Amino acid sequence: MKTYTYTEKKDTRSGFGAGLAELGRTNPNVVALCADLIGSLKMNQFIDENPERFFQIGIAEANMMGIAAGLTIGGKIPFTGTFANFSTGRVYDQIRQSIAYSNKNVKICASHAGLTLGEDGATHQILEDIGLMKMLPGMVVINTCDYNQTKAATIAIADYDGPVYLRFGRPTVPVFMPEDQVFEIGKAIQLQEGSDVTIVATGHLVWEALEAAKVLHEKGISAEVINIHTIKPLDDKAILDSVAKTGCIVTAEEHNFLGGLGESVARVLALNNPTPQEFVATNDTFGESGTPAQLMDKYGLNSTAIIDKALKVIARK
Amino acid sequence: MSNKKLHDLTTQVRRDILRMVHKVNSGHPGGSLGCAEFLVVLYTNIMNRKEGFDMNGFDEDLFFLSNGHISPVFYSVLAHSGYFPVEELNTFRLLDSRLQGHPTTHEGLPGIRIASGSLGQGLSVALGAAEAKKLNNDNSLIYTLHGDGELQEGQNWEAIMYASAKNIDNLIATIDLNGKQIDGATDDVLPMGSIKGKFEAFDWTVIEVENGNDIDSIIEGMASAKAAAGKGKPVCVLLKTMMGNGVDFMMHTHAWHGKAPNDAQLESALNQNPETLGDY
Repeated sequence: MKTYTYTEKKDTRSGFGAGLAELGRTNPNVVALCADLIGSLKMNQFIDENPERFFQIGIAEANMMGIAAGLTIGGKIPFTGTFANFSTGRVYDQIRQSIAYSNKNVKICASHAGLTLGEDGATHQILEDIGLMKMLPGMVVINTCDYNQTKAATIAIADYDGPVYLRFGRPTVPVFMPEDQVFEIGKAIQLQEGSDVTIVATGHLVWEALEAAKVLHEKGISAEVINIHTIKPLDDKAILDSVAKTGCIVTAEEHNFLGGLGESVARVLALNNPTPQEFVATNDTFGESGTPAQLMDKYGLNSTAIIDKALKVIARK
Repeated sequence: MSNKKLHDLTTQVRRDILRMVHKVNSGHPGGSLGCAEFLVVLYTNIMNRKEGFDMNGFDEDLFFLSNGHISPVFYSVLAHSGYFPVEELNTFRLLDSRLQGHPTTHEGLPGIRIASGSLGQGLSVALGAAEAKKLNNDNSLIYTLHGDGELQEGQNWEAIMYASAKNIDNLIATIDLNGKQIDGATDDVLPMGSIKGKFEAFDWTVIEVENGNDIDSIIEGMASAKAAAGKGKPVCVLLKTMMGNGVDFMMHTHAWHGKAPNDAQLESALNQNPETLGDY
């Protein structure tokens, strides 16, 4: 069994900030927009180095999405930055008409996704954004798991021509993915090989899945862990190849089970190889105030929940 | 283009609009007819356009239609400006057509740079295009058209605030002041007070065109707008138009906002606008 360790914890949003700063130095067409959350999105370095390529929009997210769409007309590659809630639900029609339907090369970069922004509560948390974005024709949906992967993804999406939703978060989490990774949109990464159960996780739940696999290993259960950073387009083959070996699957995400990764995986399985599946996700609910750890525990989004679901799904085989 | 030619083209555009909506028994003739003179003048006399179509539109003026439901006039003017064959107007709103009910880039129709139809989004897009021109050191201008009822959408006011705050002075936004929307007069549906006063309060330069269906008045007004560009402030043209202009029974009412004429009505309307350049 592979062992994953970490020496430091960092927030994924800082990975976005670092990736954006690097793009500022390497790609003169990259521009950035923010709706009064520069510090939260870690955009300062890009702004310091490229003030002329940064647009402070103010608290006006609808206008920001439209301006981003317009900037592509003129060859720019706009990266918008605000919280996931204000990046999606608040501006759904602007994204739908001016960006997705118009096929504009806009990168919607969303921090503070899921429950883990914590104490601000449900007005600022969002557990529906993956569903909202994946339903838009042509929209790529990415949810990264740590600092390094978020930085790599930020850099990679600049080279992809088309609208992208990049989702990351607020809390510091273990940095365990390699610093020099090449991020490939739509290509799942197998982190742990196993034969008894497949665990497909995205975002902050990837580390939890590795922790769960460790405990399961101690119980004599061999878990395969897949880091599925891209929810759309989904890596169908990676999922199908894995369940062909294990015969059951757990999906894990910081999102509502309705509309999330789990449903996308279920569709692939139903069409190709019906397989018992359990969902680690929120259960059609809003979040609430609390510390990130308290919330992830209360709503069943941690390694303990993954272990429980793994045991349950194995029993269903 | 000479005045006579502009008049002839406008009359032909009116015929196109009427025939397009009649054929598919749907579409929006009222606002389209009201803006025929404006769009003809804009595309033939005002904008600096390059041959052909390129999405980025470097070193040429760009136009964004925010009130996308007046697609019939937009399509007709684009076709007569050489973006696609005039005969293609025959496919308006039909299955597999590039001329969708509301304009879209999705089908690759030359001349269209953004989808519009869901109202209130065009000004923001235009601001982005204007910012891109500034970054590219491109001195061309961005033109837009919006309905007056459309100003009820809140996103416009985010964009109006941004434009003056950020000195977007390469933008000329025209408001079609026809005073009407689907449910009736704008003053009955949701009175907006002084639109001029509102734009001035947001620190825009405002130019009024009292007769927005008069070709000379439009040319004069848009020349003033052009002269006002590049001076640190966004420019707004308040264009007073008559919805349904050029067809007597479509004027002085909001009834033809989104309704097509029947056979007899079409005949009457076409008789009021005799063929000038040849029907498609």
